[in-house]
Amino acid sequence: MDFMQFVWAGLGNGAIYALIALGFCVVHGAMGIVNFVQVDLVTLGGMFLYSASVLAGLPVPVGLLAAVVGTALVAMLVERLGLRPARTDHPLVLVFLTVGISIVLRGAIQMVWGKNRMAVPPIAEDVPVRLWGAMVLPQTLWMMVLTVAAIGGLVWFFRGTNLGLAMRAVASNPRAAAVVGIPAGRVRMAAFAVAGACGGLAGALVTPVTTLSADVGVLLGLKGFAAAILGGFGSFPGAVAGGVLLGLVESLAAAYVSSAYKDALAFVVLVLVLCWRPSGIVRQ
Amino acid sequence: MDGLTRSRWLHFFWSHRLGLGVLAAAGAVLLFPWYTDNPYTLGLTNRIALMSVAVVGLNLFMGCTGQISLGHAAFMAVGAYISGILTVHAGWSPWLALVVAVAAAAGFSLAIGVPLLRLSGHALAMATLACNVVVHHVLLQEDRWTGGPSGLAGIPPLTAAGWAVDDPVRLHFFLWFVVLVVMFGGLNLVRSLPGRGLMVLAADEVCAACLGVPVARAKVVLWTLSAVLAAVAGSLFAHTYGFVSPDSFGIFVSTDLAIMVVLGGMGSVWGSVLGAAVIVLLPEFSELAEAYKEFVHGGLLVAMLLVAPQGMIRGIRQAVALAWWRAQQGRSDAAA
Repeated sequence: MDFMQFVWAGLGNGAIYALIALGFCVVHGAMGIVNFVQVDLVTLGGMFLYSASVLAGLPVPVGLLAAVVGTALVAMLVERLGLRPARTDHPLVLVFLTVGISIVLRGAIQMVWGKNRMAVPPIAEDVPVRLWGAMVLPQTLWMMVLTVAAIGGLVWFFRGTNLGLAMRAVASNPRAAAVVGIPAGRVRMAAFAVAGACGGLAGALVTPVTTLSADVGVLLGLKGFAAAILGGFGSFPGAVAGGVLLGLVESLAAAYVSSAYKDALAFVVLVLVLCWRPSGIVRQ
Repeated sequence: MDGLTRSRWLHFFWSHRLGLGVLAAAGAVLLFPWYTDNPYTLGLTNRIALMSVAVVGLNLFMGCTGQISLGHAAFMAVGAYISGILTVHAGWSPWLALVVAVAAAAGFSLAIGVPLLRLSGHALAMATLACNVVVHHVLLQEDRWTGGPSGLAGIPPLTAAGWAVDDPVRLHFFLWFVVLVVMFGGLNLVRSLPGRGLMVLAADEVCAACLGVPVARAKVVLWTLSAVLAAVAGSLFAHTYGFVSPDSFGIFVSTDLAIMVVLGGMGSVWGSVLGAAVIVLLPEFSELAEAYKEFVHGGLLVAMLLVAPQGMIRGIRQAVALAWWRAQQGRSDAAA
């Protein structure tokens, strides 16, 4: 059964797109901007995993944790040093600022890790498992398990912690949040940290399957954005649904329609959805 | 010279500043090959000219509508590749190919612009970026026509009355002539009646709509105009270098075009040429800018937005005006 094979591949990629899409949504919720830097946070996750597990020789799970924490820290720095000094609400300036920071970060990644392609070790050995009539790599299963765990963590964070509640307050009404004494700057920094953790996890999970290079995140990040748009930008369940749907459609279209245009498909979907249903395909 | 003559001269210069500026630029262009005919230098200035054509167009769109396009390299690609395919595979004359390529780009931009321009801000930026990714992908995949990743070679130069525009000096005159025409058109556009409407649109969309500026139509017109200029630049690129490859028109080229616009200042026609010149010449001044191109370009963009979001030309003008005003204040304080 080839069909199940493609479904598994699609679900694995879909989990990654969903994680990246969640990163876009968290920052959009707290600041009202689309954060182009998310793209490079994905790359950075892979790079940190590479440094920790290949260069420093740590076990892969520790490397994964280092990647998530490291990327979150970099994302916080981006907010503190890059976005906050601008002190502007002008959307044009903010968009360009995130584009500029994204390019700077990509340049910095090239300086630190070089321009070559690298191989990153997976979490478990590359021995395929037979599941429902298809051969599945353990890494694909880990992608799904950890994505689900991350989504669970996010739900707990936004419902059960003070910081998460504060972030929702800032997102729904910044002025009222300021009135009750919520420090907007710190909350935005926290939002970037969460987005960084999502992007870093996505990057650290996907780069063992793809290869790692300084611009690996660009295509992945843009697909993650397409997933977020598909789910109605800003909606968390929508982002997850959009990610999984995009992963499945992409994988099945590559199998049964044309594999040459696999990478372009996500963007055609993105443009079509933006043109005819800008609020996304999931009704809120 | 008495006061009256002096003020008349000042008035003459001020009221004709646009025409005199373009005349001065034309003079500089005309005389430049006598200053240097080093092919390397002319190669650089010709590259500035090519980029300027696209950047002036993009700047008219971004400056007047306040929207961002991160996909204009796609229109350059359409212009360059249709020009290339028609001359190499079909043996058309380069001029005819240029016209057809530009018309095709206009049609393409209209087709995607009408639905997409209802979006704004980040969504439009991402959508244009997505269009560019798709076009780039098509160029890579349809290798029967486009030559795939290795590119399309052997595109003939433009010829006029038996003269091929192929050596650096001839290219210099031809390309800069195109730039001057585009600049003159752009500078005049903002002073025409529809252009005044566009300036209101640039300042405030709601206000423009209230004053009767057809906002949606104006956006589409500017979008198509900018796509046409990008396609002209792309087609000229193909005929200038005789070779095109997909990576000349990727998303990083699009972001570079947008960086040139921001550096020069949104809505500033002169600034567009300056922005293009800075980005093209930067690697010549330092090894660092060559090796870490992305880092330097991104850093420039971020620094520009943090220090002078209004762009270089306006930023310098405001700094000079401020310094002059401070000096005046100092003088009147000393007198008092």
